[in-house]
Amino acid sequence: MQIIVNGAPEEHPDGLSISDLLHAHNLSAVPCAVEVNKNLVRKPQHDEHTLQEGDTVEIVSLVGGG
Amino acid sequence: MTTTETAAVEPMSLAGRTFNSRLFVGTGKYPDHATMTAALDASGAEVITVAVRRERLYNEQGESLLDAIDTSRYTILPNTAGCFDPEDAVRVSRLGREILEQMGNPGASWVKLEVLGDKKTLLPDPTGTLEACKTLVADGFQVLCYSSDDPIAALRLKEAGAASVMPAGSPIGSGQGILNPANIVLILDLLKEHDPTYPVIVDAGVGTASDVTLAMELGADGVLLNTGIAHAQDPVRMAHAMRHALDAGLLAYRSGRIAKRKYASASSPWEGVIAHIPGE
Repeated sequence: MQIIVNGAPEEHPDGLSISDLLHAHNLSAVPCAVEVNKNLVRKPQHDEHTLQEGDTVEIVSLVGGG
Repeated sequence: MTTTETAAVEPMSLAGRTFNSRLFVGTGKYPDHATMTAALDASGAEVITVAVRRERLYNEQGESLLDAIDTSRYTILPNTAGCFDPEDAVRVSRLGREILEQMGNPGASWVKLEVLGDKKTLLPDPTGTLEACKTLVADGFQVLCYSSDDPIAALRLKEAGAASVMPAGSPIGSGQGILNPANIVLILDLLKEHDPTYPVIVDAGVGTASDVTLAMELGADGVLLNTGIAHAQDPVRMAHAMRHALDAGLLAYRSGRIAKRKYASASSPWEGVIAHIPGE
């Protein structure tokens, strides 16, 4: 299936959870937040939330800012 | 007041917590992380601001901000910089909270709310800011709210439940200092009229140390700045300057300055003058 992750298309197997996606990007241990289709999915739900074809995912973290 | 040290560390209350430093500094625009961490240290700040951005998924280079900062030392205040409508600002606020909750940082329920009007001036959108402020307060956030220096706009944000209203001295990153001190004074009068401990923090536009001093001499509770330190030729030295400038302004404000006079007032006594005084 294809999903959009941080603005770019990615191919992943069906049944991919948010935890799987974070693992694929080596972000499992990094403090970050995930939105799916503009809805925040909190960390306790990352294992159980299965991504669907066409989902738009944002993975964000903290950067320098004022 | 017997020592300057006692006065300089007079703490402030903000969003239910107490801080010894009234200087709030950003973490953006530094040439490198080592300079940033040294400048943060020199500033004495206990609260530092950060932005929420897409994780770099590919071609990541260097250490991340969170690797560079001792996060246990600071209250991390996530901002909504880059948001131009209230919906996006609320989204970003919740994302920031999610990250800081994972880190166990006390800034998790805090947000520096910015809803900007346009990219060139980065001035706040007053109606969008008010709308987002109401939503976030209802969602349990402690909203530290960036505002224009319009006194009524600032008052409406306080009435909406902002934990602090933070009027701009001048546009973000402009270094123009406090362009309208009279408006800052009106904001302080209005917001503190029946609530003298309500925190008002001058945010944005600081170019150099005297701007910080002026903000405190006007009666502000604190100053938030980023570019004035980060883009100084020597950021660490400037961070020291900002810290001392804040203490100087606070001490001067608490001391009660003399009234301005049209004519001179001699500091040496006239009595016993042996010289000829014109007109006498």
